[in-house]
Amino acid sequence: MSQTILAWSVTFAQICLALAMALAALRMSRGPRAQDRVLALDTLYVNSMLLLMVFGMRTGKVIYFEASLVIGMLGFVATVALAKFLMRGEVIE
Amino acid sequence: MSTIEHAGDLPDWAALLVSLFLVIGSGLTLIGTIGFLRLKTFYERIHAPTLGTSWGTGGIVMASMIFFTVLATRPVVHEILIGIFVTVTTPVTLMLLARAALHRDRAEGNPDVPPEAPGEPEAAEGQPAAGE
Repeated sequence: MSQTILAWSVTFAQICLALAMALAALRMSRGPRAQDRVLALDTLYVNSMLLLMVFGMRTGKVIYFEASLVIGMLGFVATVALAKFLMRGEVIE
Repeated sequence: MSTIEHAGDLPDWAALLVSLFLVIGSGLTLIGTIGFLRLKTFYERIHAPTLGTSWGTGGIVMASMIFFTVLATRPVVHEILIGIFVTVTTPVTLMLLARAALHRDRAEGNPDVPPEAPGEPEAAEGQPAAGE
């Protein structure tokens, strides 16, 4: 009983998050402007972080938690740097 | 449908709770991304993915915490780090991005954005002057 519910919901979550990543990638390819692509990249980072957490629940290993933490930090730094670049035309002044 | 072997001794109530949080979190993330794809302007679109960073992350973090706490029979709360981190950083990144987009639109003379208010500090400067 609990096995079936858990397996189904984990699979559902993985499908939802993968679909969300595909939609974000579609928006990133479609544009139309640079800020849309940066926002799509940020969404892609968050969704992959969540997908890794669900993957960690499926396999029961803690290493996926650390990977998702690293991805979250990289996403923050990348989005801030890209927003700064859009604002000023350079990252480090 | 493969079963999850290492969760064999998870009680039913915990499995139901974990499943509920997982479905809420992932479903809201998907809805937010659909909105991100469908909305018309950038300033509408910037709101949609925050569904995934608020309740999407919250639900999946809660599910993971309950899952590992019940399985390990001791409190496992290190996932809360991700929740706190995402909650703190998302407003910062989206404010920066929205200001950059506004700055670009104003620099191009785009008629869809309002002009700069008289007393407003320049959009490129993060720190408004004291007293304003």
